[in-house]
This record gives sequence, C-alpha cells and structure tokens, in this order.
Amino acid sequence: MGLSHLSMIRTHPEVRMVGVCDATGYVLDVLAKYTGMPVFKDFVGMLDQAKPDAVIIATPTHLHAAMVRQAIERGIHVFCEKPLVIDPAEGAALTQLARERQVITQVGYHNRFVASFQEVHRLLELGTIGPVKTALAEAYGPVVLKPAGRTWRSQRASGGGSLYDYAAHPLNLLTWYLGEPIGVTGRLTSIFSAQIDDAVVASLRYPQGTAQLCVNWSDESQRKMSTKMTLWGTHGRIYADRQEIQVYLRDTATIPEGYRPGWNVRYTTDMTEAPWFYLRGEEYSAQLAAFVTRVASGSLDGENDFASATLTDRVIAAISDDSAREAPPLTPLPTEGELRPPPVVRRRGVSAAIALVRQRARATLRAATGKDRP
Amino acid sequence: MTTDQPRVMDRLLFGDNQFFGVNHMSEEKARSQQMRFQDIGAVMKVLDIAYDEGVTTFMCTTHERIAEVCDLVRASPQRYAGMKFFPCMPYAHKYANAITDDGFLGAIRKFLPDEGLLDSVMRGTSSFARKDIEGVATLLIDAELKMFAGLSTPVIWMQNVVADLLLGLGFTDAFRIFADHVRLRYGAEPAFITMNLPQLLDALEVAGVENPIVCANINKLGFRMSGGIEAYREAMDTRPFRAVAMSVFASGAIAPREALEWVCQLPNLESIVFGASSRANIVSTRDLVNEFWPAGS
Repeated sequence: MGLSHLSMIRTHPEVRMVGVCDATGYVLDVLAKYTGMPVFKDFVGMLDQAKPDAVIIATPTHLHAAMVRQAIERGIHVFCEKPLVIDPAEGAALTQLARERQVITQVGYHNRFVASFQEVHRLLELGTIGPVKTALAEAYGPVVLKPAGRTWRSQRASGGGSLYDYAAHPLNLLTWYLGEPIGVTGRLTSIFSAQIDDAVVASLRYPQGTAQLCVNWSDESQRKMSTKMTLWGTHGRIYADRQEIQVYLRDTATIPEGYRPGWNVRYTTDMTEAPWFYLRGEEYSAQLAAFVTRVASGSLDGENDFASATLTDRVIAAISDDSAREAPPLTPLPTEGELRPPPVVRRRGVSAAIALVRQRARATLRAATGKDRP
Repeated sequence: MTTDQPRVMDRLLFGDNQFFGVNHMSEEKARSQQMRFQDIGAVMKVLDIAYDEGVTTFMCTTHERIAEVCDLVRASPQRYAGMKFFPCMPYAHKYANAITDDGFLGAIRKFLPDEGLLDSVMRGTSSFARKDIEGVATLLIDAELKMFAGLSTPVIWMQNVVADLLLGLGFTDAFRIFADHVRLRYGAEPAFITMNLPQLLDALEVAGVENPIVCANINKLGFRMSGGIEAYREAMDTRPFRAVAMSVFASGAIAPREALEWVCQLPNLESIVFGASSRANIVSTRDLVNEFWPAGS
C-alpha cells in the first residue's frame, strides 16, 4: 500500500475504495480504527473477497510481478508503481497476459503527466528542434546521505538502489522522447550504501544520436528530487524540469505556434489545470485520473502502459548488466624508449603525411604486441 | 459568510518559502534564494525589514533553521516585542527522509522524545501499543513546537502535506485531536493549510472543529485551487470559516496590483500570507493591501 496513493484515489469522485492491503498490520489496524476502511493482510484474499475492478500496487519492486499476475488473471485492471519488474522478460510476459485478458495497465511514471515534460514531447513530435543528436537526462536528490538504511530500498534484489528508484524516471522520459536505444553502457557507483548503487552514469546510443544519463541520490544540495532533461537538435535546444521548459530555437527551426526564434520559456504552473484533489503535485493526481478514465472507458492503450514501462525496464537491466562487465582499460602509453623524439623528417606534403602515418602505426603496433612488424 | 469572532490574525502574514528554496516556478530561482539565505543573518535582515514595516507575524515551518530565528528573537525581547510566530507543522521533508531510512514505524519512533517527562513516556509507549493515535500525535506536535518555547504563537498550523493526506484517507479524527491539543496545551488557535479547501471544510465540520482558520491557494488564476475557483468562491460566501489566502500572485504569474485587488474584495478573508526578499516588495505589498482593503472594513 502507498499511503499517498490511497489518499488520492479514495477522494476520486468516480472511485469506490473496497479494500486496502498492507504487510504492516499496525498501520492497517490504525486505518481501520480511525477511518473504517476494509483492510486485508492477504493480497489474494482481498482480490477474491473485495472483487475490485482495478487495483493499485505500490509495494517493493521485487513483489510486483507475482501480485500483478494475480490481478491480471482475475481480469482486474492494474496500476503498478515504477519500475514495473526487475526482470524485463517477466514484464514482457505480463504485458502479453494483460493483452490477452483485455486488462488495462499503467505504471507510475508520473513525469509523463508533468506539463513541462509533456511539452518537450509535443515539440519533439513536431520536429521543432530537428533530429536530437545529443541529450542529457539527470536526476539528483538527498535520499542516501549516510551509511545506513535497513529497508527494502537498501537491497538490490528487492529493487533498491538509485538505478531502479531514481534513474528509472529520467530513463523513462528518454524512452518517451527518443524511443528504443540500440546500445546501452553504464556504470553504477556506491557512495554511502553497502549493497546498492547511489549513483548511475550511462550512455545510450540511438540511430541518430546519443544520450547521457547522470543520476545521484546522495546529493544533499537538493531540497528534493530534481529531474532535468536537456536535448540538443540541429535546430535548437530544449531544457525541462518539473517547473519549466526553456527552448532555444534557431532561425532554421520550424517555429510552432506561440514560439519564436531564440529563447522561449513556459512554466508548468501556467500549463496545468487544478485536479480534483491535490496532495503532492498535480501529476500524481493526473496519472491516477488518467487510469480511472481508461478503466471507465475500457481503453487498453494509454500513457505508461506495461509495454512502455517494459522498455524502461530493459534499459535499466542493460545498464545493470553492463556495469557488471569489465570496462576497456585506458589506451596504454608508449614505453620509455618509444618516448624519444622521432628523427626529424625533412619531407613535405603527401610524402610527409604518409611517413607520419607509418611512424604512428609502428608505435601503436609496438605498444600492442611489442613487435615492429606483424 | 462572516463571523463575529474577534480577529486574531493580522491582515498580512509573512511567509518563509523564499528562505528555504521553495519556488513553484523555477529551480534556478529556488537555488539562488537558498544561496542568498544560507546564513541566518540574511534571513533576519529580511525579517527585520518586514517587522519594521509593520508586518510582524511570521508564518513559518518548523524547519530546523527556524530554531535559529527563534533563538535570536528570544535573545532580543525588546527589539521584537510585537513579534508573533504562526508555526506550520510538521516540516514534512524530515519525516519523508526518515521513512526512507527507518520505515514508517521507525520514523515515528525516531521523532518521539527519547528522554523527558514521565508524561511523554506514558503518552508515547502506551498509546503506541494501543494503536491510539492521539497520544503519539500530541507527542509529535510537542516535539515540533519545542523550538518556539517562550515566544508568542497565537495560531498553530497543520501543514498541507499532512492535512491533505489525512483528508484523503478520511482520518478526520486527527483534525479534532490536533485542534484540541493546540487549544488546551498552547492556548492557541488551531489552523489548517490545504490545497483542497472545499473538501477540507467538509471534513473539519465532521470533526467538529468550529469556525476553523484555513489557509489555501486563493488567486485570480485558480492556480492550485482543487475543485475549481467557483467552488472556492462559494465556500467563502457560504461556509463558516476564517480564510487565509496564499499564492495570491500564483507564483508570480499575476501582477501584484491585479492580484491583490482581486483577492482583497473576497468575502470572509481574514489574512493574506506572502513571501518577499526585499524592502521594496514588502512595502509595496503592504501598501497595496492597505489601498484595497482599508482597515476597519
């Protein structure tokens, strides 16, 4: 159970809450005592007794797959917190199962419901800045600031660590903006945690360009989590965070309505409607509202469905896999003897260039094999 | 709907978002404010200006740095003879971080006083075991308010993150527990900050909190006014409560004159809370409020 999910969904005018399940009996007892909510300690028991149309799953990541499956098999629509699962193959299987059972699925990547990040997507769809050649996806925050922690978040096998918990957000935006990468490399770094990563860097390769990811959740200078996206195209640059989008457009860009060449700034506050209920940001309410609307109208396709979340899981898994591999070492320097200045060559033009290339080739060969000739 | 209770609040309350890097529009601006106000001296300088210009109520979170402000004010009772604090509690970020570290129950235990009077121990442990939230909640309130000891705190607020979480959960008893404790132990008026004004008024009525003081976003643009601007207007016309408007400039999206002219003509408005970092902005806000909302009206 996520307390904030519960608080938001309970107030939705089209939703009747029929049951709450949590492993912590204490919290359930307090809720039952003070709010009269029907509470359950057993998830499957709740599904079978309360018979909900839809369920919100906000548990540690390693528990998602089994719970999601139980729900789908009963034809219950599922909203699941991010990341969807740890093993992407499982995500693919659940995506297919949901399709077969005509179950509506959604994953809690709330940034896709932030107006500034939505505007980035709209501008990219319009081709405003041309093909994106490079991008930078960042997330920083003050989560782990000392060697401590005994919750599921401090265990990698449970889905803990900054890769699953933090990097998932900017990676999800990258997959939204740029699609499926064709190559992924990455490195995980522990700063304070004993068993998990507190920072992630990664490179993603796309047919037309590259993207960099930089994430650190041990950054005390941040008041709270901050996610930032910067994209450079041939016709301009876009920067966005939760609050605003700053767009620089060159004269060569096709200028969308309301924009102009040079700098353009739009604020999330200006682009956002007040929701039915506000708890921690409009986007959290908006994503639940979208899910409720999809369930009511029976629309299987929608933002953040399992197929889309599985792509993010695949990128996460690729970074994790690559981080376990040996990185190629630094190119070796020439040995002492090879550092002597080469004899002065008094040739010019093409013959000089050829001589130089030969000289370098020999040095490289020596460095690699210790021999002058193959 | 107006009430005949005597006014306990000034028309203008000085907020503290600007001191802690809270800015709803720009992360860059938030960071430059954090840099500017990292020395408590810079905060005091602005508070002094506000105080000297007649804005003598400081509506502030229970952020640990406010404890430094409290110390300085306590140290100069003459200088700050008319200074009032309206504490807003809890400072939610420290609880959120503690929950990440220690889990839900661990976090609550962490903030309960670990030493002290027998009273605290009794209220804490036995009520914790009985799942009686009243004992634990009142202990947490006391822990939050410790830094204001000896200062004037005629109004004590429950922060919106907590008020709205409880509202969503349907935990209406918590509002009564808070109100009773604040009245009995501190002789203060309980007050509530919310992003969901019409819904919170319903819950407070159910909880039996009469004529409550409620602070919400109230601005011409309808920015963060959940349920819509019309529902807010209707609430102000018809419901028995004392309204405090925040975000009247909608994070800078409305020009000050236009924003204040609109908000000052609303019925049942008791106060406006605003943040500013310069004398010019403090003075112009004060003067505009005096112009559109003459004293005695």
